[in-house]
Amino acid sequence: MPDARLSPEALERLAEIRTAAEAAVDKPAALGPDIDITRFRTVAEHDRIASLESLQRQVKETALLSGFDADEKERSASYFQMDRTPIYERVQKAFDDAIEIMSTEEALKLYGEEMVANWWWRAVDPGKDKYTALVALHQTEGYFIRVKAGRKVEKPIQACLFVSESDVSQNVHNIIIVEDGAEANVITGCNIHTDVKEGLHAGISEFYVGKGAKLTFTMVHNWAEDFSVRPRTGIVVEEDGVYINNYVLLKPVKSIQAFPIAKLVGDRSTAVFNSIVYGLKDSVIDLGSETQLIGEGSRSEAVARTVSMDRSTVYSRGRLIGRTNTCKAHLDCRGIVQSAESTQWAIPDLASEGAPGAELSHEAAISPIAAEEIHYLMTRGLPKDEAVSMITRGFVNIEIPGLPEVLRRQIDKAIEETSKEAM
Amino acid sequence: MTSESPAPLLAIEDLHVSVGDREILRGIDLTIAEGETHVLLGPNGGGKSTLLNTIVGLPGYRVTSGRIMFKGVDLVGLEIDERARLGIGIAFQRPPAVRGVRLRQMLDVAAGGSLEPELAEALDTQLNLGHMLERDVNMGFSGGEAKRSEMAQLLAQMPDLALFDEPESGVDLDNIAVVGSAINALLKSEERISERRRAGLIITHTGHILEFVNADVGHVLYSGRLACKGNPLDLIEEISSHGYDKCVECALCQTLA
Ligand SMILES: Nc1ncnc2c1ncn2[C@@H]1O[C@H](COP(=O)(O)OP(=O)(O)O)[C@@H](O)[C@H]1O
Ligand SMILES: [Mg+2]
Repeated sequence: MPDARLSPEALERLAEIRTAAEAAVDKPAALGPDIDITRFRTVAEHDRIASLESLQRQVKETALLSGFDADEKERSASYFQMDRTPIYERVQKAFDDAIEIMSTEEALKLYGEEMVANWWWRAVDPGKDKYTALVALHQTEGYFIRVKAGRKVEKPIQACLFVSESDVSQNVHNIIIVEDGAEANVITGCNIHTDVKEGLHAGISEFYVGKGAKLTFTMVHNWAEDFSVRPRTGIVVEEDGVYINNYVLLKPVKSIQAFPIAKLVGDRSTAVFNSIVYGLKDSVIDLGSETQLIGEGSRSEAVARTVSMDRSTVYSRGRLIGRTNTCKAHLDCRGIVQSAESTQWAIPDLASEGAPGAELSHEAAISPIAAEEIHYLMTRGLPKDEAVSMITRGFVNIEIPGLPEVLRRQIDKAIEETSKEAM
Repeated sequence: MTSESPAPLLAIEDLHVSVGDREILRGIDLTIAEGETHVLLGPNGGGKSTLLNTIVGLPGYRVTSGRIMFKGVDLVGLEIDERARLGIGIAFQRPPAVRGVRLRQMLDVAAGGSLEPELAEALDTQLNLGHMLERDVNMGFSGGEAKRSEMAQLLAQMPDLALFDEPESGVDLDNIAVVGSAINALLKSEERISERRRAGLIITHTGHILEFVNADVGHVLYSGRLACKGNPLDLIEEISSHGYDKCVECALCQTLA
């Protein structure tokens, strides 16, 4: 992969990344069940397609469940990766000069020097654990999205990472750059074909939010009962920048463990994490986020709502690290356990590092829906199951800016189904 | 009441109710006809709320004997929502806060699906709901806001029998007036009884609400029984000058009990 045209410094940096990754190939992650990654083959290659409409119907439908719309009218740009091949990427005409979208490997070829100096493994440490190492050493593409300075793109940019076969690992490396004063709303769905059973998705995501820029990143996961997922995400936010992360998991998964880290380096920068998680069947779910409040007046909020059922185990973590006197941040994680065989952990974690003025707070609660509230709704004529689902819907119905209607409906449907089951 | 009493809407017969293993209501007989407004007086802890909660069917209020007939149907054994859909509504004294469910949704539910926008508008104006509509119901509501929200829900539901648990408690005079006019709107209590259809049962501790609402009959609930029946304003005067203990000892009560 290293390009002959790269400077000696860049080549040296690439060698460093390689060395760090090689040292970590057997290093288990700090959190989550360990996975024997040697069992998986690398995902396969595919032919490119000319239009999203030519995707198989089943693929389109699955992708739509996570907000990826093959009819691109309501989207500014699209990226579709099937297994290891970016089979489609397009920027809608109106946004031609505002958005760049391509695979990260292509971007590395095109912007090698700039990439290595600024973005390539700059927000995530390649030597963190065996999953970062896997991606660093056996990368299978991933998307590169750049929104140009000052361009405010309201229509969502969509990306879909699709796995079509069993027993493979997809090792993607994604980079999003929102330049100074720009705004973008990115929706990504990770999906697998309904026939796929076992597999691994290891995804590195590095996001850079420039001065006064804003990135809303929404991720919806549709996995399968034997699929394991290990995303590793780093976000850097500059002065007056805003990063909003929305995460929705409504399907069973074998195990997922993710703990994105946002570094609020710029003054008055902001990070918001919203998540809605349904723990279903035997899922082991370990999710959370860390925000490092470094810039003066930086702010952060993390809101998590978890409903766990069946035999699922869910860890809901949140970590705030204040490193400046003028920062302020709050965690709000609430869970409802709807099955006697399910386990939930809420683990808020606050640290003030040399910042006596930092204001960090949390509210964490795990409790059932109060019977009194159900009865209250029933006195207005609502049957019990509808009362339970209305309250549950209210519980998970946190303000999620930029959430497409199709996703809102997905969430509502999942809640409807799960609250019926819980009766 | 007139001699040709209209058909009873609610007929409670020898009702005994226990909470845990304590018997709270010990033989209540109460008949409310269409169009009538009754008032329930009585000392704190006498069982007034217990009676209302038993009528709506809240769990924990165990009917050990007796019947509650509503429109000819025995309510005992029906779910809370079934009773509501039969036409029973309640304004709670201290309704619970429900995170994530907005007052606007509660009005839709009470209206049986969705409240017509014009009606929502009218309620908003009449009860000064303002941004309460978009707030989680009862979450951080002041005393007056909670009462207005309860009244709005009843007006959206328009039940045939409306139960009010201390509609004036914990609110200032302005709010009592607003709540009072909402009760009037629901029960049409300013109109002649022959014009009214909906019935009401109002628990009042102070009687203040009667400055705004006309009631036909008053009852005193005392140690688990309806000890006294009469003109509501007379009863209140009697109670405020002599207290409950004396009131239930009066000749009329003695013959009733
Ligand atoms: N849900 C309940 N749990 C336990 N005790 C109750 C409950 N509801 C009522 N009681 C008891 O029943 C008695 C009557 O209470 P209540 O009906 O609230 O009286 P009132 O409304 O007349 O003041 C009181 O002793 C009260 O403590
Ligand atoms: Mg009471």
